[in-house]
Amino acid sequence: MDFDLMITSLPKLLGATVVTLKLLSASLFFGLFLGLFFATLRLNKNIFINKFAYGYSYIFRGTPLLVQIFIIYFGLGQIEYIRTTFLWVILKEPYWCAIIAFTLNTGAYTSEILRSAFQTIKPGIIEAGKSLGISKKIIFYKIQIPIAIRQSLPAYGNEIILMMKGTSLASTVTLMDLTGVAKYIISTTFKPIEVFIVAGGIYLFMTFIIHNVIKYLEKKYSFQQ
Amino acid sequence: MELLAFGKTGWGDELFYATLMTIAVSITAILVGFVFALIFTPLKLSKYKTLNLVGNFYTTVIRGVPELLVIYLFFFGGSGAIMYVASIFGYYEYIEINAFITGSMAIGIISGAYSTEVFRGAIQSIDKGQFEAAKVLGINKFGQFYKIILPQMLRLAIPNLSNVWQITLKDTSLISVTGLVEIMRQSYIAAGSTRDPLFFYSFAAVLYLLLTYISMKLINKLEARYSRGY
Repeated sequence: MDFDLMITSLPKLLGATVVTLKLLSASLFFGLFLGLFFATLRLNKNIFINKFAYGYSYIFRGTPLLVQIFIIYFGLGQIEYIRTTFLWVILKEPYWCAIIAFTLNTGAYTSEILRSAFQTIKPGIIEAGKSLGISKKIIFYKIQIPIAIRQSLPAYGNEIILMMKGTSLASTVTLMDLTGVAKYIISTTFKPIEVFIVAGGIYLFMTFIIHNVIKYLEKKYSFQQ
Repeated sequence: MELLAFGKTGWGDELFYATLMTIAVSITAILVGFVFALIFTPLKLSKYKTLNLVGNFYTTVIRGVPELLVIYLFFFGGSGAIMYVASIFGYYEYIEINAFITGSMAIGIISGAYSTEVFRGAIQSIDKGQFEAAKVLGINKFGQFYKIILPQMLRLAIPNLSNVWQITLKDTSLISVTGLVEIMRQSYIAAGSTRDPLFFYSFAAVLYLLLTYISMKLINKLEARYSRGY
């Protein structure tokens, strides 16, 4: 055990953790909206809209995240047309490519989580809202969405943790996130176990915090108060 | 389309073999995972606190750390660890483990953590009366588990195991960083030499979709078979 290496690599790894957290928070933020959007499309009665939303979630859940990042980072730049538009400003940056890929990926999972949450809402609650003369829009925003979010908290907590692990793939497109820096230190010092303990410890710490925050929220917004 | 031709002109046969490699790694990995699950599930269900701790440590660490980091640990640390063990027995030559073994071990340990959780959940949801009835009938321990608990457990576990399989299948794409030529690595090579990454990565995505679709169909059949009594 090389404890010196563990101590000297800690600040570098903690610095890289900031990149990981930035990637995570940005993709979760955009992914939540995307997921909510596609979940509402899934509830739409129009079969084409419905199938479109299903296709989106099927494709992004059925392929590895690595393929998605590679298509966006290496693949899209190949199209001449994109290089001429303003999109190229975003797509030439690995940072934004990673965020786009993560957002699309987590959006697909989130849409499934939210859809099942919407479907488990008892019809009686919506009917109660209707009979009180509340408009459909208000029922959706003020009754269905809050209940669905509460219902999906445990599953969404898992999704946050999966996404946190997913951000490690940013290292494959040259971003120096926690895993990227860990790999760099491993390949220069050839001490994989020490670096794994420190980097893994940081990841576990983040998992621990996410887990407990979700647990707290679940308790806070539980139905029996 | 000529890019996908079989033979020397296209990448069809290379990608075909790469797909077989992905399937082989996934199956090896999930079997390795089952072995790990068979070891750690009893630990998690044990009466003894220390054994519980060991089981929980395994599932928590593996499920809380990115797959890529575990793969790097195995990739850079694997041969070192084997050589260390070998040196105890007096063998000091350089040992290199091939990428297939490193990869399927790494993915296997990851999928084992998920399988452990699935098995634990399935065993815990079997009615206590079943265990007691088996004991009362005087069936030996092996028969209790093999003939009574396992069939009921499988029915409950298969839907979740199908998720584990999907996760494992997708995780194998990460082994490409170690240089094992599976779908992802082959697409990377093909994309590099033809300068057509969009096509090859999209094709890789299609291959993965096909694999997940086919395995879904097969698992559904298996599920129907194990729940025929219900």
